[in-house]
Amino acid sequence: MLRDMSLRVRMPERTFATVDHIVPTDKRVEPFDDPLADAMIKELRNNCVEHSITYFDLDSGRQGIVHMVGPEQGITQPGTTIACGDSHTSTHGAFGAIAFGIGTSQVRDVLATQTLAMSKLKVRRINVDGELGPGVYAKDVILHIIRTLGVKGGLGYAYEYGGDVFDRMSMEERMTVCNMSIEGGARCGYVNPDQTTFAYLEGRPYAPTGEAWQSAVERWRSIASDPGCHYDDVVDIRAEDIAPTVTWGINPGQAISIDEQIPIVEDAPESDKDSLTEALNHMKLTSGQSIKGEKIDVAFLGSCTNARLSDFVEVAKYLKGHKVDPKVHAIAVPGSQIVKLQCEELKIDQVFKDAGFEWRDAGCSMCLAMNPDKLIGDQLCASSSNRNFKGRQGSPTGRTVLMSPVMVAAAAVTGMISDAREVFGVSKGVMA
Amino acid sequence: MALEAIAGVRGKGVYVPGDDIDTDRIIPARFMKCVTFEGLGEYLFYDVCHHEDGSAKAHPLNDERYAGATILLTGSNFGSGSSREHAPQALYRHGFRAVIAESFAEIFFGNSITLGMPCVTAEKGAIAEIASLLEKDPDLVIEIDIAKGVIAVADKHFEAKLPASAQTALLRGRWDPLAELLEGEEAITTTAARLPYLAGK
Repeated sequence: MLRDMSLRVRMPERTFATVDHIVPTDKRVEPFDDPLADAMIKELRNNCVEHSITYFDLDSGRQGIVHMVGPEQGITQPGTTIACGDSHTSTHGAFGAIAFGIGTSQVRDVLATQTLAMSKLKVRRINVDGELGPGVYAKDVILHIIRTLGVKGGLGYAYEYGGDVFDRMSMEERMTVCNMSIEGGARCGYVNPDQTTFAYLEGRPYAPTGEAWQSAVERWRSIASDPGCHYDDVVDIRAEDIAPTVTWGINPGQAISIDEQIPIVEDAPESDKDSLTEALNHMKLTSGQSIKGEKIDVAFLGSCTNARLSDFVEVAKYLKGHKVDPKVHAIAVPGSQIVKLQCEELKIDQVFKDAGFEWRDAGCSMCLAMNPDKLIGDQLCASSSNRNFKGRQGSPTGRTVLMSPVMVAAAAVTGMISDAREVFGVSKGVMA
Repeated sequence: MALEAIAGVRGKGVYVPGDDIDTDRIIPARFMKCVTFEGLGEYLFYDVCHHEDGSAKAHPLNDERYAGATILLTGSNFGSGSSREHAPQALYRHGFRAVIAESFAEIFFGNSITLGMPCVTAEKGAIAEIASLLEKDPDLVIEIDIAKGVIAVADKHFEAKLPASAQTALLRGRWDPLAELLEGEEAITTTAARLPYLAGK
């Protein structure tokens, strides 16, 4: 698009690229088996050279899902505005950045001008206060928020997440929550920067150093929302009300806690009946039934929502000594080459391999199936990803149940949707 | 870049019922492995329009009576999910020039306006009434007046809403913001010099 208009990239030094959606996660030898994917990676490589854009390629050791790479490299910083051609760019909001997923034409606008034309957003503060129970993770927090506010509840809003639970969360946990802001309809989501943020960034390749670091931290502190400031809307949620949460339908708002029953169509408001019926038909589930015990075919542990080091560490803690049910195809896909290496240094990969998981290379994998990892027919997948839309995982009739990584592991070893707290005797852990 | 002003859209309509129709449904990800948008039109709503063997399913877009429709009518939160511009591109390349829905997901809305494809909202009841008029007479011409915010069908009129910024952009032929952004070069340079992380301070 730029070439057609004889435009150049306005700030190549502020522009970064990597490859994630289309890369195979098992056989990474080029040329890729898929000629279209192969053409795309070559085009990206050429364009980055032509426009002097830093590109984290497959052989860089720093390739991965773009929303992992930015934070890992310290490119994602508080107070910055970040745009990327992927809706889960909201992930970067965990650092107190305003981060937007944009379409291709808007990517063109950003490349050409380093600016974006947008309307002002309203701000909704979402407080989660109290103590999360054992086996309840950041993934459950965001699934609970979306379930409560609805998939269109966030239209016109930026979500600001705060309260005790967020204050105590690690950066990786905050990323899991901000990642799915878009699933609640919000244009972006963020957490105010604090000491946890600064500690994460210090020493990363693109983070400021020396005196510049000191003044950056001072500036970052100053941009956090003031206590008592005005919000367009405030929502309060009690941490104690959040249980391990799973989706049962075809959008991320169609979720229940693992102990609940699927909604009864007859009891639902008139306006929801059609969509509930459509979801039940697609998922081959019945109104009023429990989701627990539903047989699964595939377990997918990966995606920009949950494929960070802490996710694998926490799962490995429980998975050790267990075996994946022989009927289940289980894959573990680190979100970045760095995460993969860290897991291997900690010998966590061995825990996954011993249990019967395939241990893959970094990429988006089965979250959206633009690569060889796909569901077949109406397979049911226990997935740590972010979207359970019809056809999302590559088969038009495929079925996705979203949940936390530990719940995916519980489903993998039992062969059915299960309560991880019962399967593993889960106690209080720290993980996204 | 002088663009054509879009004061209205006129044409046959088709109603695709449903709320929260996401962009994965509008254009499944496997059709996005492309370096241009050409040819996306044929994959519009592919999985809801086709059986797995490729044969046609019963779907409004496969209904001959609505062939040639340029205005899509649908439910709420249309275009939710992925930021893929491939979704509005597939609609546009299939022949659609406007969408009427109860509400739109924001990234989809922005992507559509940038293509010059107006997305207007109407009340649920209005959409249902237009849908029932189309059911009786698929050849009815729908007319969306962007300036007045009105949808006219047969002798009936319904309110059409559009944010003021998008309305102005369409009416003034400035729906693609790039020209305006490029004109802001001076402001961009000034702002960049002021931002510590850009100025290397």
